[in-house]
Amino acid sequence: MKAAPFDYVRVSSIDEACQALADGGEDARVIAGGQTLIPLMAMRLARPALLIDINDVKELSGIAVDSDHLVIKARTRQADTLSSEIVQEKLPLLADALSHVGHTQTRNRGTVGGSLVNADPSAEIPLIAQTLGAIIVARSTRGERTIAAGDFFDSAMSTTLAPDECLTEVHFPIWSPENTGFGFHEVSIRDSDFALAVAAAQTTLDAGGNVQKLAVAICGATPAALKLTDIEEALIGTDLNDDIIKVACAKIDDLIDPQSDVHADAAYRGRVAKVMARRAISDARDGAKGDLV
Amino acid sequence: MDDTTASQEFRYITKKRRVTEDRRFITGRGHFAADYNFPGLLHVAMVTSPYACAEIKGIDATAALALPGVRYVLTGAELFENINPLLSGLDLPNVKRIPLAHERARYAGEWVAAVVAESRHIAEDAVELVEVDYNPIDFVIDPEEAMQSDAPLVHPQHGSNILCDKTWVWGDVDDDFASAPHNLSFRAKWSRNSTVPIETFVVTAKWDEGKDVLDVWASIQMPKYPEQIARALSLPVNAVNVHFDVDVGGSYGLKRGIRQTVIVSYLTCKLRAPVRFNEDRLENMSGGEMHGPDRIFDMDVAYNDDGVMHSLKIKATDDAGCYPGRAPLQLGKPVSAIVGPYRIKSASYNAISVTTNKTSQEAVRGFGQAPTNFAIETMVDKVARALGMNRDEVRRRNLIRADEFPYRIPSGSEYDSGDYHAVLDKLQDSAGWQELLAKRDALRAKGKLAGLGMSTCLEPSGGNSSFEPFLNPKNDTTTWMESCLIKVDMLGSITALMGTSTSGQGHETLLSAVIGEVLERDPDTIRGVHAESLGALPSNSPVGSRMAIMLGGAAAGAAEKIKKQLLEIAAHNFQLPVERLVYDGGDISVDGDPDKVMTWNTLVDIAHRNYHKMPLGSEPGLQAQHTWEVPTGGALPAEDGTVQMYPCYAFEAHIPLVTIDPDTGQVEILDYHMGHDCGTVLNPDIVRGMTFGGIAHGIGAALYEKFEYDEGGQHLSGSFMDYLLPSSHEIPHVEMIKHYTPSPLTTFGQKGSGESGYLGAPAAIASAVNDALAPLGKSIETLPMRVRDLEALINGQTE
Amino acid sequence: MSEHKITLTVNGREMSGYAEARVTLVDFLRDVLGQTGTHIGCEHGVCGACSVVLDGKPVRSCLMYAVMADGHEITTVEGLEGPEGELSPLQDAFWENHAMQCGYCTPGMLIATHTLLQENPYPDEAEIREAIGGNLCRCTGYQQIVEAVQMTAKKIREAS
Ligand code: FES
Ligand code: FES
Repeated sequence: MKAAPFDYVRVSSIDEACQALADGGEDARVIAGGQTLIPLMAMRLARPALLIDINDVKELSGIAVDSDHLVIKARTRQADTLSSEIVQEKLPLLADALSHVGHTQTRNRGTVGGSLVNADPSAEIPLIAQTLGAIIVARSTRGERTIAAGDFFDSAMSTTLAPDECLTEVHFPIWSPENTGFGFHEVSIRDSDFALAVAAAQTTLDAGGNVQKLAVAICGATPAALKLTDIEEALIGTDLNDDIIKVACAKIDDLIDPQSDVHADAAYRGRVAKVMARRAISDARDGAKGDLV
Repeated sequence: MDDTTASQEFRYITKKRRVTEDRRFITGRGHFAADYNFPGLLHVAMVTSPYACAEIKGIDATAALALPGVRYVLTGAELFENINPLLSGLDLPNVKRIPLAHERARYAGEWVAAVVAESRHIAEDAVELVEVDYNPIDFVIDPEEAMQSDAPLVHPQHGSNILCDKTWVWGDVDDDFASAPHNLSFRAKWSRNSTVPIETFVVTAKWDEGKDVLDVWASIQMPKYPEQIARALSLPVNAVNVHFDVDVGGSYGLKRGIRQTVIVSYLTCKLRAPVRFNEDRLENMSGGEMHGPDRIFDMDVAYNDDGVMHSLKIKATDDAGCYPGRAPLQLGKPVSAIVGPYRIKSASYNAISVTTNKTSQEAVRGFGQAPTNFAIETMVDKVARALGMNRDEVRRRNLIRADEFPYRIPSGSEYDSGDYHAVLDKLQDSAGWQELLAKRDALRAKGKLAGLGMSTCLEPSGGNSSFEPFLNPKNDTTTWMESCLIKVDMLGSITALMGTSTSGQGHETLLSAVIGEVLERDPDTIRGVHAESLGALPSNSPVGSRMAIMLGGAAAGAAEKIKKQLLEIAAHNFQLPVERLVYDGGDISVDGDPDKVMTWNTLVDIAHRNYHKMPLGSEPGLQAQHTWEVPTGGALPAEDGTVQMYPCYAFEAHIPLVTIDPDTGQVEILDYHMGHDCGTVLNPDIVRGMTFGGIAHGIGAALYEKFEYDEGGQHLSGSFMDYLLPSSHEIPHVEMIKHYTPSPLTTFGQKGSGESGYLGAPAAIASAVNDALAPLGKSIETLPMRVRDLEALINGQTE
Repeated sequence: MSEHKITLTVNGREMSGYAEARVTLVDFLRDVLGQTGTHIGCEHGVCGACSVVLDGKPVRSCLMYAVMADGHEITTVEGLEGPEGELSPLQDAFWENHAMQCGYCTPGMLIATHTLLQENPYPDEAEIREAIGGNLCRCTGYQQIVEAVQMTAKKIREAS
């Protein structure tokens, strides 16, 4: 399990990275943590001709609040994000989700941007980006652009990032903490396995306990994280009682077309996706209600 | 014996002692096979078949050989011309096995050609350039389909996919069934899994031109390894030197890479350079031929109203994969304990080994006993459920009683000793069986699916491998010896040699403790050595839970001989008969006259330097060897189809408490209790560790681990992302209690424990899961019980 | 393809060698620098046998190319002993509790728990199991490893 040969260059600025990408053509890839890419390369399922190492790019690391968004730079390690007090305070849903990403050792290398770009169908960070409608910023020698999460994730392991673009940061919307709760649930075979189905939800209730704002998305049973817009809309204004949640989540059947693999058949994935969504939404509700009492 | 009396009898064994081997592992100074480096070392990577079955019409290595750094591409055709086929356990003259596919690839992932290059990286580059002309042909994956008359044949020359189909009837099975008021039958499945050590198989071979010796460094655990290499390559065995001091990174029966070894040995002779094959994980999982039993059990039991079982019929259909390997023999070993720990009067056993287009089996911890124990325990639970009786009560009524040992079971094995009721009582007491039931019921009251499991199982140990002649009448092997050579050097230190490698069993620690015990010398001053094969006495390697018994016995025997020599030297010098002397810690004094003493150093000095003080005609120096035959071994199976297999029988009882998430099928183990009796425990930490490890392995088999093939014959579990070994999250803390019923057959009363835990855990987890499902009126008899299977069953989604 | 000169500080000593970009850190440590204490179990990031400390944090050395580690500090199992070769309290506890059998996963387990104790000297059982959750052991069932870490933590507590 040795990678096919490739060239390697280490860059120290975003501009250098973009230039290297522009020069490197289709077979150039950015590497930061490499926790997904390197195993694929070991199995020769990925064979980039050039790796552009951005680990030294300081401007790609950091977490900051920018008015109503939390900005996480692409190369910020997952471990640093998980332990960040700002993240825990402003984006507890992301912090919870991060605790399910890999293990300590892979989180120490793996980055937030890397997870977004890899777009694994069961990855937690893309799910949260999709749930909350994060904005992704990408740069190339051609300039900078922003991409809404909804337009970013394409299908399994694939995004709409152009080959010469380098993801630089992601902006997660910060919700007002009042009467807001979140839920995150995933089912995996072993504790640290890739999830078979995952769901994330965040809601804000009004003073009467009815849904003012709700965000829900699932992944694992879908090729890419899927925002459940219809279900969100159906639940706005309701009191989110268990029955209402159940009825709403039953619609997931029509929205997804899960695949079978060695770990789970499609039907199982479909059923547990609904279960995860129900659990995530009811946890979000309970969290928000907790604020109300 | 209870804990205290067990340890008071002895000075060193049974006591806590740090494990000698651990010192090198905690400092990164182990010497594993991949740690040896040689100048000019060449590396092998394998070209693998993408087809479940295909004719190999040609191999074009031109492009591969043109790549700089590539030295050679070896094919099955070349090997076929130049080596002897590998031995198969059965008498199957038309099933020839050579290390690379020849003419036909028989499973997806089979090794078709070996590329040799200056680095493993280059070898892998070249693998992509080897062009194999395949003609895909029909294949068969399902063992029951493979038995149909129209099934594609895995080995057409053999004329059938059945490698072995034998039935034995011990006692009046028909009468016992006819006279019993009840019987029940069911099918249980044990899926293909394995021990999957964290180290893959690694072997380096180097032809020593100056000595004309083939040196081999390998992560090996196999009897007769040097002999098998020599036979394949037509070398005398004294031209093969296996370095048994290589640390093996886990094996549990599995690491028997004779194919790998023959390939690199052939290549080193051919290329005149050291050659290594270090399986990568993909080569290992799909083509390493390291899978384990893959069995369907059709069970039938006859029993009374009171739960007493009379007779048992077992039909076991095992999917051997593409070559017999160890598969048929692994069907034979369970005959040693075919009725489990129960007083079942009669039994029949139909063992069928079927070949399919999958990778073949290797020996796996327990050698077929864990699946059989699972089937038997499932049966006991079903009897209890059918009668509305408690599972512990049904077991109590059927367990062999302490006063019945030695107990001969219908198939001919005599169980040496045991007190099964005492262990079960002790376990239920310490675990708090009633409290656990209450805890389970409280969970159920809260709407949870909760279940308490139980299994009571045997671990045959000692490695009397009489399943070989039992299944293959042409094999008349009855010798399964083990040896130890002890040298006391001129300055008085003790070195003990064994002819086998270690894969974590702590043999060096075992030797020093046992020899220290007999000679009353501090074990920390005694060195155990894994000798190279040219300098070693015969060994059957650590298979069949045998080393505590057999290597321990050999070491004790050799130490007794040393002691006798010392006494004779002292007797000669005191001019007194041996009976008048007292041996104490290596010094010898005259009984009743403690001032008259000859110290260890004096005696050793005489042995080495003062021949004039030695008894007339005695051998100079101080060394002794002891080679002994396994107790109860030495006989061929009887004409009536009975056979004594394995001398010693350890007992284990397990009680896990689990919950199942009904919506996801996830199982959580809340509590785990285990009671264990393996006789006298030579080193408590080692036995505890092996048992915990065995339980973890058993939990894997019960819930997670399976080598899966799709309908196209592709192997789907070729990586650690797809084959799921349990981690520290899945394995619970285990509360273990010990009981000590010594074996009358062994030096100190010890029995084996290398397979402990694994032999009862899968059955216990299955019992707990089924107890959780019982309120739903559902049950599952297939392992592993995966999340998707359980969820579908619970929610009525199974067809 | 490109060969790179790679210089690492391994267990406090500067070491360098040449390797293609595709050589992983674990292969470089073992084959080029001769530091064979770190093991390989899967080469695809699942087993944790290859764990090393990189700039103070545990990482998997099969999931990193050596060239990416150029200029960084690595601690391997060989670096856990004291300057006089004395065992660290954790190593000693691994020995005392027989927290291994074959010893193959042991370097990774030591790295994972060594870094755990540096960050959290008083871990409870769940935290210990979490810290080794990415390190597979096929021999021990993990229990004696957990016991060894608990013993070490207790010693740290008593000493402070
Ligand atoms: S070898 Fe690196 S995680 Fe397995
Ligand atoms: S001690 Fe053997 S794998 Fe852990």
